[in-house]
Amino acid sequence: MADDKDVLRDVWFGRIPTCFTLHQDEVTEREAEPFYLLLPRVSYLTLVTDKVKKHFLKVMKAEDVEEMWFEYEGTPLKWHYPIGVLFDLHASNTALPWSITVHFKDFPERDLLHCPSNSVIEAHFMSSIKEADALKHKSQVINDMQKKDHKQLWMGLQNDKFDQFWAMNRKLMEYPTEEGGFRYIPFRIYQTMSDRPFIQKLFRPVSSEGHAHTLGDLLKEMYPAAIPHDDEVKRLQVVIHGIEPLLDTPLQWLSEHLSHPDNFLHICVIPAPTD
Amino acid sequence: MSDNAESPTETQKDESTASQPPQDDSTTNEEKKKIDVLLKAVGDTPIMKTKKWAVERGRTVQSLAQFIARFLKLDASEQLFIYVNQSFAPSPDQEVGVLFECFGSDGKLVLHYCKSQAWG
Repeated sequence: MADDKDVLRDVWFGRIPTCFTLHQDEVTEREAEPFYLLLPRVSYLTLVTDKVKKHFLKVMKAEDVEEMWFEYEGTPLKWHYPIGVLFDLHASNTALPWSITVHFKDFPERDLLHCPSNSVIEAHFMSSIKEADALKHKSQVINDMQKKDHKQLWMGLQNDKFDQFWAMNRKLMEYPTEEGGFRYIPFRIYQTMSDRPFIQKLFRPVSSEGHAHTLGDLLKEMYPAAIPHDDEVKRLQVVIHGIEPLLDTPLQWLSEHLSHPDNFLHICVIPAPTD
Repeated sequence: MSDNAESPTETQKDESTASQPPQDDSTTNEEKKKIDVLLKAVGDTPIMKTKKWAVERGRTVQSLAQFIARFLKLDASEQLFIYVNQSFAPSPDQEVGVLFECFGSDGKLVLHYCKSQAWG
């Protein structure tokens, strides 16, 4: 059997080929060429786009430049969602490269959080990990770590160092064998069709009768419409890291292997392609 | 986490009647749509006389923080941090209803607020 650790690597090194184009209303001194980049799925837009910013600033006057933000087909992209989640939610089943529009003015205050520096991303990332560990271990594991351990998780993500990150993150993935999993599974279910940010509730990896809950069990309770009936054309897809996991996959396994570095299992429910 | 960061006046426990923060819109007061939130000050951040509030589930952390900042008449330059479980700062666009579902206890959600970063 293949080592499950390979799955962690595949998730970590997932990349999305992306083409950044400057929005037509931005004022430039000469034409702005598009900029191509492979975006890490598990990272954050504002963490990996320094080069994009530099590229476009070369053709712009300083006074025309405010905070950089991104948009895909009219939807402002939330930097505080992992990049893979943004792609799966908004751009699944479209042609690659992913075409992102770059803006330097008219920041959409209602839709996006400001991101003045990497320390804001770090704070958001660490808060997510702490929230996840509150669900998984009543915060015991994250609280037992030292400041430098927290820093190691962040530096691992920031510098794309798989081994550095996982040397620490594996502690957050431990649980007492006799319990068969975490206390609760940290998950978020996103849907294209809704203004609500996401579904997040308490859900245990093991049922009261002691059998392992599956992805299907979770959806049955949180989002029944996402499970196709036998004789019905599939209308919705359930996507994690760009793939559709089998609905009978144990949720605990998914949480340990397909969670983002923020320790949440991000699940996108999107319309199935109609051809 | 140490308890001495708590406001010393936190002994007052008159929470039988929950107050209503001003509404952003004029929806009817359906109790189901609202949750009880208990607001506790940390450190030298001013306390609120009314600690328990009925808050709409769909209200965001950011909107709640703005409400507290207005209530305490903080300067526009002052930041307000909100914490769950005295451990993490939820994202500003997070709905309080979600936090209540996951971290509420005894029918209410306890949130700590602070003018400076209190926890991590």
